Amino acid sequence: MTTIPFRVTPDALDPAAVTSAVSGPDCGAITSFVGLVRNRNAGRRVLWIDYEAYDALAEKTFARIADEAAARWPTVRLAIHHRVGRLAIGDASVAIAAASPHRIDAFAACRYAIERVKQIAPVWKHEHFEGGEVWIEGATADPDDEAAREAAYERACS
Amino acid sequence: MLVTVRLFARLRELAGAAELQQELPEGSTALGAWRALAARYPGMSEYEPAISCAVNAEYSRLSAALHDGDEVAFLPPVSGG
Repeated sequence: MTTIPFRVTPDALDPAAVTSAVSGPDCGAITSFVGLVRNRNAGRRVLWIDYEAYDALAEKTFARIADEAAARWPTVRLAIHHRVGRLAIGDASVAIAAASPHRIDAFAACRYAIERVKQIAPVWKHEHFEGGEVWIEGATADPDDEAAREAAYERACS
Repeated sequence: MLVTVRLFARLRELAGAAELQQELPEGSTALGAWRALAARYPGMSEYEPAISCAVNAEYSRLSAALHDGDEVAFLPPVSGG
């Protein structure tokens, strides 16, 4: 079983592998988040999504997110795996696990991680829907944007 | 100097290539590389207010100086997750 904490892969995600990357004798809680491709978006019937990433930078960005989380919650360990390539409805696109001695920090850090992935990970969705296709363009990625980081932190703790 | 430019998502489609070589004057910045590129490919310049950039696979400012052999990447707004 793999224990790589930060990974971009064309292979199907294995949530158990993500969890195993953070587990340890000190941890009393592991929370996990799995993002899936859903069948509707903005009123469109989605057929599939092609995911593209800048792999080398994405993996470093995941490590950076984990460092940010460790600065907020010193006992937390994070793992983040993102899939690329063609994903069908129901496929897992991202899997995150957060381990901590206590559940409150594990829940908060897991939420923080997915919010930061959406803000700064160099990953793109090319959505194919009934009648067309569109590149989804969300946030301009800026890891040093303090306001974005604070917004992610507030969501994590709300 | 010669740099390698990497493009992703819609920017890759506009250029018709994921990777290309760009000749630049010595002392050029990442913004200089972007402007040279935007001059080559119609439709790219409208992305200028929204792009991010990375030099040698590290997030970087557009004001960063480039060196011969660098890999500079331009990123449209992201949508992972």
